[in-house]
Amino acid sequence: MLMFPSDSLITSFVYSMSALPPFKPVTSYWFRLSQNGQNELLCFPSPASPPPAAMIHSLFLINASGDIFLEKHWKSVVSRSVCDYFFEAQERASEPENVPPVIPTPHHYLISVLRHRIYFVAVIQSEVPPLFVIEFLHRVVDTFQDYFGVCTEAAIKDNVVVVYELLEEMLDNGFPLATESNILKELIKPPTILRTMVNTITGSTNVGEQLPTGQLSVVPWRRTGVKYTNNEAYFDVVEEIDAIIDKSGSTITAEIQGVIDACVKLTGMPDLTLSFMNPRLLDDVSFHPCVRFKRWEAERILSFIPPDGNFRLLSYHVSSQNLVAIPVYVKHNITFREGSSQGRFDLTLGPKQTMGKAVEAVLVSSQLPRGVLNANLNASQGTYTFDPVTKMLTWDVGKINPQKLPSLKGSMNLQAGASKPDENPTINIQLKIQQMAISGLKVNRLDMYGEKYKPFKGIKYMTKAGKFQVRT
Amino acid sequence: MNRWEISISVTHPHVCAELSLHFKILLLILFGKAPRSCNPENLFGLAVLSKHPLNPPPPPPRLLYKRLVWEPLNEKRCAYFQAFSLSLSLRHDDLKEMLDSNKDSLKLEAMKRIVAMIARGKNASDLFPAVVKNVACKNIEVKKLVYVYLVRYAEEQQDLALLSISTFQRGLKDPNQLIRASALRVLSSIRVTIIVPIMMLAIKEAASDMSPYVRKTAAHAIPKLYSLDPEQKDQLIEVIEKLLADKTTLVAGSVVMAFEEVCPERIDLIHKNYRKLCNLLIDVEEWGQVVIINMLTRYARTQFLNPNMNESLLEEGSDKTFYGSDEDEDEEEEEKEKKAEAPMAKRKPYVMDPDHRLLLRNTKPLLQSRNAAVVMAVAQLYFHLAPKVEVGVIAKALVRLLRSHSEVQYVVLQNVATMSIKRRGMFEPYLKSFYIRSTDPTQIKVLKLEVLTNLANETNISTILREFQTYIKSMDKDFVAATIQAIGRCATNIGEVRDTCLNGLVQLLSNRDELVVAESVVVIKKLLQMQPEKHSDIIKHMAKLTDNIQVPMARASILWLIGEYCEHVPKIAPDVLRKMAKSFTNEEDIVKLQIINLAAKLYLTNSKQTKLLTQYVLNLAKYDQNYDIRDRARFIRQLIVPTEKSGALSKYAKKLFLALKPAPVLESPFKDRDHFQLGSLSHLLNAKAGGYQELPDWPEAAPDPSVRNVEVPEWTKCSSREKRKEKRVEKPFYSDSEGESGPTESADSGSLNGLCRLVLCEQSSEEEERKHQRKSDQQKSDSESESDEESDSESSQSESDDSDSEDPVCNNRKHKCIDSCFKHSCVYSLVLCLQNISPCSALKSYELLHRIRGEGLSVEYCFSRQPFSPDGNMVAVQMQFTNNATSEAKNLHMEDVKLQSGMRVKEFPEIELLPAGETATAVMGIDFCDSTQAANFQLCTHTRKFFVSIQPPVGELMRPVFLTENEFKKEQGQLMGMNEITEKLTLDAKCRNEHTIVQRVTTAANLSRVPCGSDKEFAGRTVTSGSLVLATVATKEGGAAQLTVNCEKMVIGTMLVKDVLLALTQ
Repeated sequence: MLMFPSDSLITSFVYSMSALPPFKPVTSYWFRLSQNGQNELLCFPSPASPPPAAMIHSLFLINASGDIFLEKHWKSVVSRSVCDYFFEAQERASEPENVPPVIPTPHHYLISVLRHRIYFVAVIQSEVPPLFVIEFLHRVVDTFQDYFGVCTEAAIKDNVVVVYELLEEMLDNGFPLATESNILKELIKPPTILRTMVNTITGSTNVGEQLPTGQLSVVPWRRTGVKYTNNEAYFDVVEEIDAIIDKSGSTITAEIQGVIDACVKLTGMPDLTLSFMNPRLLDDVSFHPCVRFKRWEAERILSFIPPDGNFRLLSYHVSSQNLVAIPVYVKHNITFREGSSQGRFDLTLGPKQTMGKAVEAVLVSSQLPRGVLNANLNASQGTYTFDPVTKMLTWDVGKINPQKLPSLKGSMNLQAGASKPDENPTINIQLKIQQMAISGLKVNRLDMYGEKYKPFKGIKYMTKAGKFQVRT
Repeated sequence: MNRWEISISVTHPHVCAELSLHFKILLLILFGKAPRSCNPENLFGLAVLSKHPLNPPPPPPRLLYKRLVWEPLNEKRCAYFQAFSLSLSLRHDDLKEMLDSNKDSLKLEAMKRIVAMIARGKNASDLFPAVVKNVACKNIEVKKLVYVYLVRYAEEQQDLALLSISTFQRGLKDPNQLIRASALRVLSSIRVTIIVPIMMLAIKEAASDMSPYVRKTAAHAIPKLYSLDPEQKDQLIEVIEKLLADKTTLVAGSVVMAFEEVCPERIDLIHKNYRKLCNLLIDVEEWGQVVIINMLTRYARTQFLNPNMNESLLEEGSDKTFYGSDEDEDEEEEEKEKKAEAPMAKRKPYVMDPDHRLLLRNTKPLLQSRNAAVVMAVAQLYFHLAPKVEVGVIAKALVRLLRSHSEVQYVVLQNVATMSIKRRGMFEPYLKSFYIRSTDPTQIKVLKLEVLTNLANETNISTILREFQTYIKSMDKDFVAATIQAIGRCATNIGEVRDTCLNGLVQLLSNRDELVVAESVVVIKKLLQMQPEKHSDIIKHMAKLTDNIQVPMARASILWLIGEYCEHVPKIAPDVLRKMAKSFTNEEDIVKLQIINLAAKLYLTNSKQTKLLTQYVLNLAKYDQNYDIRDRARFIRQLIVPTEKSGALSKYAKKLFLALKPAPVLESPFKDRDHFQLGSLSHLLNAKAGGYQELPDWPEAAPDPSVRNVEVPEWTKCSSREKRKEKRVEKPFYSDSEGESGPTESADSGSLNGLCRLVLCEQSSEEEERKHQRKSDQQKSDSESESDEESDSESSQSESDDSDSEDPVCNNRKHKCIDSCFKHSCVYSLVLCLQNISPCSALKSYELLHRIRGEGLSVEYCFSRQPFSPDGNMVAVQMQFTNNATSEAKNLHMEDVKLQSGMRVKEFPEIELLPAGETATAVMGIDFCDSTQAANFQLCTHTRKFFVSIQPPVGELMRPVFLTENEFKKEQGQLMGMNEITEKLTLDAKCRNEHTIVQRVTTAANLSRVPCGSDKEFAGRTVTSGSLVLATVATKEGGAAQLTVNCEKMVIGTMLVKDVLLALTQ
């Protein structure tokens, strides 16, 4: 696809040569070509020249229908045509999430993540740890979500200037610069309805008027000068049960994956400590950088100066060695008979080991075999839907009443003449149990030092099903 | 992508007619005819009319063609623009006008629209002159967006970009560090070769800037300049060398990044900074950590010895991959021999270099990072550098990452797959974490399967196979195929289950899904090759399948099997050939080739029955469309059918065709991938990516470890106070409270520098030692191994100390510097004494024991504010004993001291006799550890015991230091942010003059006033840790004042504010 440089370009080239005597032709590339009215470089010369110094060269945002709706370059421009390799891979992949995260192309490597049905495709040119890029892209998405509430194509398009400013701050020459949300918020104010209105009237943007000092302070994750009238600190202990239950109802594997999300709105520079009744439960932990690691190692106490606002303080893992309580049981009978175009579907849910707490927001979903045409079911409680295209059966159960167990019974119709499917569907379950951490983890106390006021403290426990699967 | 958007916006309505004509011509030129959706008449409806109808008429059409924007349109947008929407670069006129206006709001609006254009990938380069004018705009928002534009287009408009340079040069001199930094950032991002010298100068200047943030920006700018002009390399390396010596965490990550980009081969630059980097690591920001860890991995590979070299001799084979094929074993044996021959005698017992240990120890906590990239970096470091027994720690962290986003899972699983081949035992406890869920994406499923297969051994194979059985029923057929392959691999690797697997696979042959059957056939074929004689019934069963299976690869496999083992199925084979001959013409090419093979083999073994059939097949093949098949047929005919002309080869035909063929080795695709550094892009792709740095092999003999010793700084240049200050600055933020600097010190202790420091800060290091002790005690209770490790490394460090002192030169230098240390500390304490004279005037005394409670004995104490000579870390407490009783008190002493951890007490000497009515004084020392916790103890006389406690006011936990005003300001500048506490107050009416204020402050806290200060400034250091405490009282009209306290220890700062406030307002 070699094209000839347009006249105007050549003249400008010549012009610059004659106007500036010491001008040395740029050595890092050979041809500057004009396409789409943009100049781009196509090929890099001898291997002797240094690799282009940038970890992340460019970023393209691609929506589900394959439009590139945003591009940002931190070095010289990389043509969007590089995304064609990505589209190729996308076509090959059967499902959107099956696009390989790393795609090599002749001159670049594409590393992508898929979040909220948007592909974030980073273009890199030389060796870099792939996780570095992936983790960064996820951080970008998290930041967008933090700023705009949602991370959708529409939100990004509406806030394109803020997005651009954010990207500019987050990466300098392809290397991460400011990724802490507290720092970014000092540099670029997140849009709110009120501010958008004020901005339209006064014509200002979201760029912070004052120069931020956070980056320079010793607490790089906390902005300075925080003031609240109500000082509050809330902690949510959320645990997810990942489990695989086999046909007979016995647990194949079960683990608890927990996080402590915090929403801290405290004036000044509070120094918090959080201690647990039973810290030994935590098998494997990872911390927000604010947590003092040594203190945890020595005393099993979380001691930290929190960032302002929402953040994930800790995520932990309770290993499968400890017996994990499984909150629900499933009785199922899903059968297809040979030679008949009918199948039986029978599913009953019941509570198990819930320590007296109600099991709420139960949602059952199952991918039925491809041969199933439709399902004729009867739910004793809640509603069910069956999507005949994706063959996805979803049953929104709601709360489980232990006196009257919810069940879903009925028949499935198969394609006429089709043979009996030999696979059995797996059943995925989502549920919520309020006010309980299934591992039994309990926060002992929260103390604050360094500030004089009395903060309002709150703690909430919740158990959810994570990847909870029942094989049939 | 065969549609094009042609956008034209028109300024004058009446030009439209003319334009549309040109438009038609244009389209004709381009397409030969107007394309389907082109209806120029419709254009007018969609033409976007400019808001300024009185603009000058557009340039002549010829110019327009060139400026048209061509861009492929996607389907969706095509739907919107059935015809064409028009926008020409002329549209930018209004933007230009807005940019030229005086109103910032208009400029801002214009810049926003331009940035939105850039974001969509639209060309906005023709606005360059209009935009660049605004680079000096005062509005910070406009400025920012102009920078965005400039960085994007400067390369294309070099000469115009030069107009902006002077603005940045001015910015580089700004007193505000943030403005300096941002000026450097933009200046270095403008890719214009002509400004290389300016950039070079700016970088050099910024590299020695006061502000670490500016230095960080300088480090970022280095790779930018390097990619612009590689000839600057030497100069840039000088800057890198300078920045590498920087002691702030802010700079460390960025400069190592620059190092990796510019001169990764200059490993010698790292030596002197190695220990510092190791110690700073935990406080560096996460992205910097990744870069530093990767670099240190490479460094360690060149500088230290392989920690596993002895193990590999002794335990060879114990950890050998279970299913290592015969070939492997041979190789290993050879290796073993080689090793056994050569080094056994020569090699000394391996002792890990303390620096090597330092790296391992300091990276380990980072396994707990929330950042997957950091965890992976540490994991690969351990995999490549740690002794085998220690590598296990990374497994848990890696398994944790499996619960992250699917992209993270994908990368981590690739690495786990590679690791699990070499270190299977490491992941075995986590086997269940690799079980597959039906909701996993296929690529994740396949990778998990790979790991499960690698982990399979005799003990867990039955569980794994049971798990595999579930997978085979999955709806995801690609995944099922992969599972069948995995079963095949398990079967080849683990002899015990081979039959079970084979039976299972044979059952799959009756599966309804053709793909499953086909995959099974292929795998069975491979398995049968291992022991064909035992399984003739399976071969027979498969022969029957030829009627049903249509997948070519499977058919071909069956035919090959029958041909190969025709002797085991002598009756069936000819019949199969007969059937195949019938359907030959309809078969796929690979099947045809196997039919020919089968025919040939049967002809050779059983020519009586199959001669005619063979001839028939060969004849069919002769006229096949595919030349491969024609060639093969011709070749085989010549080889097997004896004719007069047939050469010598036909004699060997049987040997040729029915030679014993080795069974294929089913190998993991991840085998030997670990020659790439794990976690790297190259590893993931299994191909070398551009810029990949090879992981060097371990050296045979360790290079000189002394290169990492840091030289003694010149004491003449470095006064003790400066030294202290520096120490405080480099101390990472969190370390104060947990004695993190313990390892820092001990790490350096091998070097002379560390030793001097030890002498200089005797008190603090003692303190640290103590803390260390405490810590290791705790750790002992935590985990045995940890503390073992600790003590191990410590002992090896002390060893290296010894070896140091053997060197006479070193020794001399050491002595010299110790001397100078002493000198300095003397001067230091002299200063202290001088300072101490002033505030003693009003010592407040507190009651320790009331005479009623003490049955006549009363005790008062005061903080004498004198240095406590036996131990500089202690606060001197002067106690006054008065015996009000009628009898004498004997043996006054203290007992049963109860303290918070870390605190210490130096008891006062026993007072043997205190006659009635007499008074005696004694001094005791208490180290409060910079806290206001009370020291509880019992005061004993010869008859009674009294429980008493001493609680210090926060003001007594410090001692005055002498600072000049400049020093004070500088220190204060470094204790901003959370270390600064400001409080407004109204002064007490009685204390509005300077003298009283000073008096009250010095009474409340043991601080000394900074002489000649404009405000009332006070300075001190905490007694135990020596952290600076700075206080300022700024007075205003009418008794209003503001109190500012700067102290690293926030608790102390807060409490001090409270106390001073009280003193000033009452």
